[in-house]
Amino acid sequence: MIELTTNPIDPQALLARVSSPAAGAVLLFLGTVREMTGDRQTTRLEYEAYEPMAGKKLAELVAEARSRWPLVGCAVMHRLGSLELGEVSVAVAVSCPHRAEAFEAGRWLIDTIKQVVPIWKKEVWSDGQTDWVHPGLDAPRSTSGREPH
Amino acid sequence: MIVRCRLFAAARDLAGHSEVELAMAEPATIGDLRKQLAAAFPALAPLVPHLMFAIASDYVTDRTPIPPEAEIAGIPPVSGG
Repeated sequence: MIELTTNPIDPQALLARVSSPAAGAVLLFLGTVREMTGDRQTTRLEYEAYEPMAGKKLAELVAEARSRWPLVGCAVMHRLGSLELGEVSVAVAVSCPHRAEAFEAGRWLIDTIKQVVPIWKKEVWSDGQTDWVHPGLDAPRSTSGREPH
Repeated sequence: MIVRCRLFAAARDLAGHSEVELAMAEPATIGDLRKQLAAAFPALAPLVPHLMFAIASDYVTDRTPIPPEAEIAGIPPVSGG
């Protein structure tokens, strides 16, 4: 299950999708909107995607994870649009026969998603400034854009 | 040929367009597109060296030839998650 959505992500729905009697381990990772980045305060995040490519890359990553680990179930959702503090921006759920491979697969999936899937976040700061987050670059209008997760 | 390239996030904001069109001599590579983008959109130029490019939703390199009617995207460093 792979989904890009502007609706709130329901973690229980992901868990239901991956749970199975064949699995002895279910792992859920949630990325959430954090308020403070250093000494700057975030009001909200705005996410956009190159949707056809993001969907394709997510499908490729899930297929690769399935080839590397004995996944029973695997579900990835990413939120798009405007997100308030504390909301879930990304969710990765995997189930495996044993916990070690569930942790490895889940960690690899979220790390790799953040490196290759064409999705971007914009910080809307409490002072009204905004910055696209582009890791490795200074933000266009300030030097304080940093990874929220 | 006319090459169309979609732009996202800060790249789109700096160029002022979500899709740009460039007239390019054939044959052209992604590296050629990178140079022409920087020349045509000076505000975008500082970001251009950091863009990845995709054709038909797959990442390509500067040596990749641009096929006719290609769906090209300029992808600034990603920040999903």
